[in-house]
Amino acid sequence: MNELYQLLTGPMLWLTFFVFTFGTLYKLLSILVLTIQKEPFIMSVFSFKYGMRSILSWMTPFKPVSMKKHPVLSSVIYVFHICLFIAPLFLMAHITLLDESWGLVWPSLSDSLIDYLTLIVLACCLFYFIRRLTQKEVNYLTSQSDYILLAIVALPFFTGLMAYHQWFAYGFFLNLHILSGEIMLMAIPFTRLSHMIISPLTRAYMGSEFGEIRHAKDW
Amino acid sequence: MSEQVNKIVDKGLDQGVINLTQERIEKAINQVLNKEAGARLKSYVETCVHCGMCSEACHVYLSKDKDPIYSPAGKVKRTLSEMIQKKGKVSPEFIREASIIASTECNLCKRCAMYCPFGIDVAYLLLLVRRICHLCGVTPLYIQDTAHSHSVTMNQMWVKDDEWIDTLQWQEEEAQAEIPNLRIPLEKEGADIMYSVIGPEPKFQAHLIYYMSVIMKAAGIDWTMPATPGWDNSDMAMYTGDNEIMGRVKRMHFDTAARLKVNRIIMGECGHAFRSVHDMGNRWLGYKLPPIPVIHAIEFYHELLSSGKIKIKDQYDKKVTLHDPCNVIRGRGLGELSRKVVNTLCSNFVEMTPNREHNYCCNAGGGVINTGPPFKNKRVLSNRIKAEQMAATGADVVISPCHNCHSGLEDIVHHYKLNMEVKFIGEIIYNHMEKPTA
Repeated sequence: MNELYQLLTGPMLWLTFFVFTFGTLYKLLSILVLTIQKEPFIMSVFSFKYGMRSILSWMTPFKPVSMKKHPVLSSVIYVFHICLFIAPLFLMAHITLLDESWGLVWPSLSDSLIDYLTLIVLACCLFYFIRRLTQKEVNYLTSQSDYILLAIVALPFFTGLMAYHQWFAYGFFLNLHILSGEIMLMAIPFTRLSHMIISPLTRAYMGSEFGEIRHAKDW
Repeated sequence: MSEQVNKIVDKGLDQGVINLTQERIEKAINQVLNKEAGARLKSYVETCVHCGMCSEACHVYLSKDKDPIYSPAGKVKRTLSEMIQKKGKVSPEFIREASIIASTECNLCKRCAMYCPFGIDVAYLLLLVRRICHLCGVTPLYIQDTAHSHSVTMNQMWVKDDEWIDTLQWQEEEAQAEIPNLRIPLEKEGADIMYSVIGPEPKFQAHLIYYMSVIMKAAGIDWTMPATPGWDNSDMAMYTGDNEIMGRVKRMHFDTAARLKVNRIIMGECGHAFRSVHDMGNRWLGYKLPPIPVIHAIEFYHELLSSGKIKIKDQYDKKVTLHDPCNVIRGRGLGELSRKVVNTLCSNFVEMTPNREHNYCCNAGGGVINTGPPFKNKRVLSNRIKAEQMAATGADVVISPCHNCHSGLEDIVHHYKLNMEVKFIGEIIYNHMEKPTA
């Protein structure tokens, strides 16, 4: 068990950082190169002002008509994404690890609060899962990979919860927690989780088209 | 669905499929997806998380009892996704079906781009499908015929060069019965404005040119129309995926205005023609915006009315509502101007809901009405939501400043027995303005 832990927090972690960082850079660069090679007009349309206008409008809760049409889903998406980032980044245990390794420290949130945030993330994942199964228009679009992605996202939180409370086999869940977290990070640039990287660009592009060329709103 | 669609006989599709080989399909798909398309295709395909939020945007989906195959992403799944997954190894029958989906179940209205949190442009993706089908030679017959017409005559309706001039002179004579010294100036070099129309106007709506000539006369505009090909601002090749012809047609239009040394082009009440000069054709030619300012009729009318060049003698008093055509409202933000114009002209205006950028599509635009009689029933049945939206206003008249919308809405009014008239803005201006006597 200990050897596995050493492997996961040593070489595997470095590999994860490497794949995540360079995967993300590769993703961004390939989009940029494709734009310059094949669709240079996008550069002439791109506008910082209107790109930001669109992004900010879509970040404002319930400003877009689309969000108003899906009040429950939109609320879940909001809460999910906030908790998804806050829970791992402000967990005392994570910060301690970073402190020990690189001397990086920032304030943490209380463990019980993070516990709730983790439960919220899992509840949201369950919501997504049920929605995929039951909503006709979502189910039609859903393929196996969508369920796998959902599992990739849910697993680090589920195992984190198990490990933190030391329920059942602590060592097992701890190692699985680290592994699943690493898998999630490495999957980001190469799966639809890459919306984390690309969606600001597509949103900003559509915002630019609407603002700069079409003189209309896109929310 | 397939059963119903398969019953539709369309020679362009049916013969196209007979001629189609596997190699040609793969070559076409490879050409479009790997050589022509780029960052947008990659981003959209790899980013969509299949959340289904685009569904609510689509009038076809809403009208078809929310059948998921008609959602924007659903249409991509049935066409492009399959082509990508199978690396182009799809059957001729699949291409036929894809052509039907892309050409008759999506109007490229881009409403869904406003409902996707990522701003994914499904209209663009379905245009790629149309492009693939075009390269495969599987395009619905009627719209393919208009593209052929563009390529031969540079206009959409096979109008011959002499028929064009003859039609203008005929309308000039007609108008002279009302205003004896009215002219429709042809080939006037250095005029301020070149007025351009779409092919169907001289073909079967010539009175619209008459109305505009009276408006121009009353406003004292220094204008001209070309006597040569290049007069037609429409572009159906843009909607068949025949980008090469689209570019030729647009170049001819811009070149004609340049030859006449005009300051700007004013175009009639047409939506897709505006898209072709402001969004697609101009970009194909390398212009971010049209090389010569192109002003849509809505903006021009607003200019004439707000500057007092046209005065309204009595407001139109029937209860009117206003349809927002995608290409000039979502495509050019003319929603406020069109309302100012309508409020100037009409005393009893009610909004339809939703409106402006969020208005429901007419289901005729994007070349869908141009696929002709084989698809007419399907087109009308898959826009029930528009009929409900219009009926809810209780208006007697729906104003539609776009040709395609106009014809599509007339079909809807007729089928759903809405008892409404469909009117252009120009018609109302003509009937309610102060006219010069000589």
